[in-house]
Order: sequence, then structure tokens, then C-alpha cells
Amino acid sequence: MKKGTFEAKVGLAEMLKGGVIMDVTNVDQAKIAEDAGASSVMALERIPADIRVYGGIARMSNPEMILKIKEAVSIPVLAKCRIGHFAEAQILQELGVDFIDESEVLTPADEENHIWKKDFQIPFVCGCRNLGEALRRIGEGAALMRTKGEPGTGDIVEAVRHMREVNRGIRRLQTMDKAELMAEAKRLGAPFSIVAEVAKNGKLPVPNFAAGGIATPADASLMMQLGAEAVFVGSGIFKSDDPKQRANAIVKAVTHYNDPAVLVEVSRGLEDAMVGVSASSLEEDEKMAKRGW
Amino acid sequence: MTKLRIGVLGIQGAYVRHADILSLVGAVPVIVKYGKQLEDLDGLIIPGGESSTMTKMMGFRIAYDDILQFGKFKPIFGTCAGLILLGKGISDPRIHQLELIDARISRNAYGSQKDSFVDDITLRFDIEKPYHAVFIRAPQIVSVGDSIRVLAECDNIPVLVESGLHLSASFHPELTGDARIHRYFIQKVKEIKNGEKNDSV
Repeated sequence: MKKGTFEAKVGLAEMLKGGVIMDVTNVDQAKIAEDAGASSVMALERIPADIRVYGGIARMSNPEMILKIKEAVSIPVLAKCRIGHFAEAQILQELGVDFIDESEVLTPADEENHIWKKDFQIPFVCGCRNLGEALRRIGEGAALMRTKGEPGTGDIVEAVRHMREVNRGIRRLQTMDKAELMAEAKRLGAPFSIVAEVAKNGKLPVPNFAAGGIATPADASLMMQLGAEAVFVGSGIFKSDDPKQRANAIVKAVTHYNDPAVLVEVSRGLEDAMVGVSASSLEEDEKMAKRGW
Repeated sequence: MTKLRIGVLGIQGAYVRHADILSLVGAVPVIVKYGKQLEDLDGLIIPGGESSTMTKMMGFRIAYDDILQFGKFKPIFGTCAGLILLGKGISDPRIHQLELIDARISRNAYGSQKDSFVDDITLRFDIEKPYHAVFIRAPQIVSVGDSIRVLAECDNIPVLVESGLHLSASFHPELTGDARIHRYFIQKVKEIKNGEKNDSV
């Protein structure tokens, strides 16, 4: 019997497909998320929209709060650590969280290096803006990728950009002959072996989800139709006027992402979405997606 | 002969992976999101994923009763969350079980993701080559009725069982390239369709 293998790590990512991972900041929200049909919850002290307002250093959440959420729900519990902060990751693993998000939403701890994720027994998810970034994280051992999007904005534009970038990068690889792959690996700044694998299979070696700016059932459907295999919803649910109703609507929208009749049904009568802020109106140093490389 | 049409319940979870393996073994996979899709299927797979999510979504476009009626006459193969839904014995309002197989199930019995594991097991119908099984936050079969045939065990605990028309596993045969268990299921579906095996539950 072996634990913590890459297969076991990717296995959990596979199980989260077709579902919605919801940011929650307390036990009540976690229960609302589970009851609405979330496939898992992300336990964190402040959702991205509030991190923007609050400012200061955003760190790993308090273990006490994560443990309480773990006790309250039966679905997997994810938690965030800062980019490069492997000690926070060690604590999260010891706490028994199911998945660690090495996240640009928190203030980075290392501006040069991400965590060497292969040292851990539990899986990591990381954000990416393009194929090179995705393959670097997979090279470090990430078991799941997601778009970075622009967290806490409710603006889907960056998530769309990142998903299309990754897909375009994969299509490009598929058109190349073997001799061109080394130069492309150099251009991407990505490990050659993984570049070659993606060129051959036409997809990432781990599942690929969407995150960063999803606020409505239509946003979720858009990302699924662009190729996301599941969605993370951060501020979009608990910053809306009726989180319960919106959470359930987005769950249904992800299952039935290509059925416009369902999308009409779940979108009708929804209370207002989060107000949001346009990602392009942010100052460069306010953009979370710029954190990490 | 015409290919078998096998549905994969497409509410949430690893349903595409099951569909890929079904194509590999010569069946026609159908992702099932609506109750009416069950009408012309020969068998159904309930995949791994979250059983609470699937429970929550039941009654929206597809109902428990649709699957229950289907399971009275046609084979269902449940993996992980699918095993939870096919079995019985869980008293948790978040989970609604179909009770189509005579096995009591305990959810997340092996612990959290830290305790997810892979292990080689022996399939009783093909003992020559070990089967590499992936267990993810797996449920456990805690007891089985007399009518159950245990097809594989791991640490003396049943992990692959057959109960009348139905097959279930606490691990994920859709995650490895080894299609032997899917082939076994397809064979079972074929026999039941042709009336060779009529031990309806």
C-alpha cells in the first residue's frame, strides 16, 4: 500500500471535476456551500474581495478555523498557503486538509521560488496564466491547475484570457514536429519532458479548472464551455445578495453548462450578483494574477 | 451485433474518464444528465465524485426513482461515490442511498486525502495479473449480505462486489488504463441483455 503518490493526488482532482469549489470563511458558510451541492470548500479567513479592501499581509488561515470547517462538512476541504511558503503547507498537511492551494490571493512569501510540491503527501493546486506557467507548476508536482483570473473582482475577463492562453499553447504544441519541441520548451520556460507529453496527448497531465472572477451561472457555463473541468467560486457567492440561492444556481449551471434552458431557469430571479470591479481598472500592483511566475 | 449503450451519470465527478474507458472496450458511452436518457440504455455507471453533491442534484432533471426503476431490470456499476449511492446503511441526511445492493457502506472510512492510497489487489475473475487500484477518500464496505459475491479484497475488506444485477467498487477503475473491470461489467450487461443471466434483485 502506498500513500501520497502522484496517482492518488491527481485522483482527488479527478473527483472534483464537474463540480464547484466554494470559498468559505466560517462553519455556517461551509454548511451552506455543502448543502447547495458544492463538491468541496476552500477554507480561508477572508475572501479575495475582502483581502483587497482590508489590505495588509494575507496569510494562511488560522488552523482552528480550518479544523472547525473540516468537522462541519463531509466534502473535501481545501486551504490556501502563500506562494513559496512551504512551512504553511506543512502545517496544512498536518491539519489534514485534503488539498492545498498555493495561491496568489495571499501575499507571496517567496518572489522567486514556488513550493517543491513533490515533497508533500497531499495534492496541490496552483494558478496559471498560460501554458508555460502551468507546466512549471506541474513540474514542481502540482496535481491540479486552475486559471488565476483576477480574484475578488467578479470580472471574468482574466480567467477567460488565461484559459484561452493555455488552450492556445496546447494547440500550438500539437502542430509542431519533434525537432521544434525543445525550442518551444525553452520559449515556454517549461520542463521538456512535460512539454513533449502535452504535445503527444493534447492536454495537460492534470485536470484544469477555472478560477478568478466567476460570479454568475453564465460565467461558470462560459468557463466550462472553454474547457474548464470544474470551477472555483471565491467572492462570487458570499459577496452576492443571496449566497444560498446563488451557490445552488452555480452548481446546477456547472452540471448543465451546455443546456441554455437550465441556465435560464437557474438565472431567473437570482438576487444581485456581487458588484465587482473591472480588472482593467486595477493598478498593476493591485493585480493578484501577477504574483508568482 | 450492435454495440451496447452504457450510460455514465453525469452530475458531477469523474464521468468523462468512465466514458473514455467504455469507448476503449467497445461500448457506446452516453453521459446521462436527464432521466429520459435512461430509456434506451443497456447499463449505467455511477462514477466517483461527491455523493452529497449527487444527492443534492437528484430531482433536478433526473430523479432517484428513474435510477431505481432502471436498476430493477438493468445493471448498474457504482464506483466510490457510486458505491455509496448503490449501498445502504448510511444515516446522514446529506446522503440518499438507492439501496440496490445488499452491502452496508461507511463514507470516507479510510480518512482524509492524506490516507488516500494505491494498492495491488487480485480480481477473482482474473487472478493471474494483479490489479492496481486507486482509493481516493474511499468509502468502506463494512458488511455484505448473503447474496453478495466478493470479487476482490484489500486487507481482507471487500472492495469489489457483485450483487444480483449490480457491480460496485470502493476504488476507481476509471483512473488506471487497466480496463478489465469495465470489460467484466460489459460482459455482465451483455449476458443480462441476452437473457442468459436472470437473477434480478
